[in-house]
Amino acid sequence: MTYLAKPRLLADVQPKNALGFTRRDYEGAISTLCAGCGHDSTSAAIVQACFELDIEPHRVAKLSGIGCSSKTPDYFLGASHGFNSVHGRMPSVATGAALANRDLTYLGVSGDGDSASIGIGQFAHAMRRGVNMAYIVENNGVYGLTKGQFSATADKGSKSKKGVLNADSPIDLVALALQLGATYVARSFSGDKDQLVPLIKGALRHKGPAFIDVLSPCVTFNNHAGSTKSYDYVREHNEAVNRIEVIMARNAIEASYAPGSLRRVVQHDGSVLMLRKLGLDYDPTDRIGAMNHLHERNALGEIVTGLLYVDESAEDLHRHLNTVETPLNQLDDAELCPGNDLLQALNASLR
Amino acid sequence: MSRANAGQPGHFHEVIDCQLACPAHTPVPEYLRLIAAGRYADSYMINWYSNVFPGILGRVCDRPCEPACRRGRVDEEPVAICRMKRVAADLKGDIRAQLPTASTPGNGKKIACIGAGPASLTVARDLALEGYQVTVFDGGKQAGGMMRSQIPKFRLPDSVIDEECGYVADLGVEIVLDRWIDSLGAFRAEGWDAVFVGTGAPRGRDADLPGRHEAAENIHVGIDWLSNLAFGHIDSVGKRVIVLGGGNTAMDCCRSARRLGAEDVRVIVRSGFDEMKASPWEKEEALHEGIVIQNCMVPMEFVHDKGKLTGVVFEHVEVQFDAKGKRALVPTGRMETVGCDQVLIAIGQENSFTWIERDIGLEFDKWGMPALNEKTLQSSIPNIFFGGDAALGPKNIITAVAQGHEAAISIDLFLQGKDVVADRPGDMVTLASQKMGIHEWAYDNAISEEDRQKVPMRDLEIALKDVRLELELGFDVKKACAEAERCLNCDMATVFTPQTCIECDSCVDICPTECITFTDDGEEDDLRGRLKAPAPNHDQPLYVADGLKTGRVMVKDENLCLHCGLCSERCPTNAWDMQKVDWLVAHAGA
Ligand SMILES: Cc1cc2nc3c(=O)[nH]c(=O)nc-3n(C[C@H](O)[C@H](O)[C@H](O)COP(=O)(O)OP(=O)(O)OC[C@H]3O[C@@H](n4cnc5c(N)ncnc54)[C@H](O)[C@@H]3O)c2cc1C
Ligand SMILES: Cc1ncc(C[n+]2csc(CCOP(=O)(O)OP(=O)(O)O)c2C)c(N)n1
Ligand code: SF4
Ligand code: SF4
Ligand code: SF4
Ligand SMILES: [Mg+2]
Repeated sequence: MTYLAKPRLLADVQPKNALGFTRRDYEGAISTLCAGCGHDSTSAAIVQACFELDIEPHRVAKLSGIGCSSKTPDYFLGASHGFNSVHGRMPSVATGAALANRDLTYLGVSGDGDSASIGIGQFAHAMRRGVNMAYIVENNGVYGLTKGQFSATADKGSKSKKGVLNADSPIDLVALALQLGATYVARSFSGDKDQLVPLIKGALRHKGPAFIDVLSPCVTFNNHAGSTKSYDYVREHNEAVNRIEVIMARNAIEASYAPGSLRRVVQHDGSVLMLRKLGLDYDPTDRIGAMNHLHERNALGEIVTGLLYVDESAEDLHRHLNTVETPLNQLDDAELCPGNDLLQALNASLR
Repeated sequence: MSRANAGQPGHFHEVIDCQLACPAHTPVPEYLRLIAAGRYADSYMINWYSNVFPGILGRVCDRPCEPACRRGRVDEEPVAICRMKRVAADLKGDIRAQLPTASTPGNGKKIACIGAGPASLTVARDLALEGYQVTVFDGGKQAGGMMRSQIPKFRLPDSVIDEECGYVADLGVEIVLDRWIDSLGAFRAEGWDAVFVGTGAPRGRDADLPGRHEAAENIHVGIDWLSNLAFGHIDSVGKRVIVLGGGNTAMDCCRSARRLGAEDVRVIVRSGFDEMKASPWEKEEALHEGIVIQNCMVPMEFVHDKGKLTGVVFEHVEVQFDAKGKRALVPTGRMETVGCDQVLIAIGQENSFTWIERDIGLEFDKWGMPALNEKTLQSSIPNIFFGGDAALGPKNIITAVAQGHEAAISIDLFLQGKDVVADRPGDMVTLASQKMGIHEWAYDNAISEEDRQKVPMRDLEIALKDVRLELELGFDVKKACAEAERCLNCDMATVFTPQTCIECDSCVDICPTECITFTDDGEEDDLRGRLKAPAPNHDQPLYVADGLKTGRVMVKDENLCLHCGLCSERCPTNAWDMQKVDWLVAHAGA
């Protein structure tokens, strides 16, 4: 399908951020996904988040694998770096890139097939190694690009468009991320930007492995009755634990909430996450509690969304490896090579 | 908020800014598309039905549509709507076969129109088409009213007036020239079923200042001078000319004087430059032709040497605004004499009903204007109707045409024994889907990024040598198509069906001007503040629809919609459709 390109704006009527960019400056090429695909909304949420965070597009690297979801980096941040890897291999490319240049913001966009089926091993290791990145999975329960086969996140008993029931157990990427050491873990819905945009902002500012599972319906192959990843089903079963607002360090905190209902989490870069509780007493800094809550609610058929876990003292891969502050790709031979004398001395000490 | 109009034609026709602003409600986007399609004659005919004088209006209309044009809110300049009418008129070829003929046999009813200006000719055309026998009387020697006698030929050549007045006459309307009606009482007695008064506002205001009488030879009232010029009674002017006044008549005076050979032409105005009544484009043209405009100067006295005019004394004033924003011109006491050989006074125009007796039952108000119902234009004598400048004071051609249509409706109803208010026909508004296939529409929905085209002009040096030589050359086909493509097709309504919407947000995300929001319901002012892009322009309606599964409402701010159809192309369920709004205002006989 070909779409008309979104017309360039003819007059200067749009709001600008601190860098003088409009939202439109964070867009990319025109999307070729199906009309109504949740992934397009997620792209729009990424655009909104980057606009609000005053991100410089050329300081971002967006990485993806294969799938409709993995195509989307072409449709946002047209002025950023990008790498479209082999199916399921985005995490290792991201790990390498993050090692080589620690100064960029890394945004991985993947699908449930890309990350939970073929790429499950890669996903697991990026999380446990603590790659400093925002890792977004656009989860629709199917392989959209190859016409709607069930993916590894499809719920047991969920019905395909042709009426076949899924017999396999699902992988819950949020539960895995919690277990594997991700330090910022959230779930959201492409159809709820009020919730999704701040979660993406928090993830982009998080120093450490940040994972967001975005339920992002496949309007073409998985949006029928009997699907557990349809717009209607997700809306009906969505149980948000909190609402967040991301406040940049330089901005005064003005939000006024009833005392006790608000929780302040300061991230490593000084940005503040204001978490407004919704009803129940949920503690987003308690990893074990988060895992328990997730499993309990899951058993009741609820889809738990919101910022489920955040570690205020998160660490990342570079910290684990104790690398220098200067990005490795900026070190020259003199800094990287200790020289023959040192080598001889080292060898001698080991003889 | 109230959704009384949501999804109803009553909402969508208000979105067609140009058509709404046109007093005759000409279907602008439709005629522009027809020009782009090369169907000039069809484009002309659409105009002809609405405004009777497309070739004339395409040159000199006051164009209230253009400041209203949506393109002006999303781009630097609006679509050149007016000059596109001229394109249709210039390129239409012979359209006589397409013109309707008078309905025969006639209904036997006789109508008289006094004055052969645009108001009367519109009444005549509308009623002739309905089978009335119409006779138009004018004291002048040619039909057209002030279009003929006032507007300089370099803006509006006689041939265009001849052609378009001719189309009215061709319907069997009798035009009796050289007959001045000097008594309405006597005229009524001639046995007309109804009389329409379209005699304009023929009197120019004078400046009764010291020296006016003594120097009378070189001081002229602008509109008298212009009509003398139009009819060839004048062919020269002083070397230094002062024009008093800041309206369009002043602009026509100064530009005419320049063409007659005046070397130093100054328009001297009481108000500041921005507050001048003349249209911005008229001021621009005058400046371009080397005319000097001086502001904030009030004329005090004509200076003369034994009856020979030598100059005008002015007092400088300061423009001040009070707390309520009301303007006052405060005298400064500083005087200045500006030398000149001739003065043209263009400080206003008035009605004159000296030929209407005050004892025949026709009521006048305290300003000496006929007492009328402003909508039906019926006077206190039920079979006498007014229209154009004679009805509600001097305005412009397109207003005269619009009032002519209304008066014709009233006359037609009245002579059928119907109530001119209660039985008035309503407008026709229909909606039709433009979907032809996936991402295929019956109109071109791509948005042109071209700037407004400039109308080609004759070389100024040549133009300034001949007061009757038309200045503008009109758009060629290429420019006309480029300009037509700039139109945002505001008659292609975005029609929303909440029942099929799955609230996927695709339309919200794709909309280039961010005019769609799904949110909780609220009152209008509250809603306006919390849309994706705030909606501060209260002149433009919000389109609000409920009936969504989540209980939210869809709110669309019509203000900046480009009618690009992307919302509809992105919608998986066809909840958005692009539908063409055909809005036809009623004419006599509808
Ligand atoms: C200098 C000047 C420039 C203008 N330029 C423009 C322009 O660019 N664009 C625009 O839209 N408008 C312009 N106008 C205004 C426009 O010309 C008028 O608003 C319009 O012509 C009014 O139309 P009408 O039918 O009401 O009357 P008119 O056009 O005034 O016609 C009235 C006719 O009635 C005749 N008449 C009057 N009394 C009698 C009587 N007792 N017996 C017989 N005949 C009679 C007159 O001779 C005249 O021909 C201009 C006006 C002036 C003065
Ligand atoms: C190595 C390899 N195996 C299989 C494929 C075929 N393939 C392409 S996309 C895809 C699944 C994508 O699913 P997901 O990541 O959920 O993306 P979606 O289209 O649903 O957004 C598969 C199996 C491939 N491209 N490469
Ligand atoms: S197939 Fe599904 S996932 Fe792919 S673009 Fe279409 S709706 Fe989106
Ligand atoms: S037609 Fe639709 S997408 Fe285009 S500007 Fe209007 S509302 Fe937005
Ligand atoms: S694209 Fe269609 S279905 Fe989706 S929110 Fe808009 S109107 Fe509703
Ligand atoms: Mg998928």
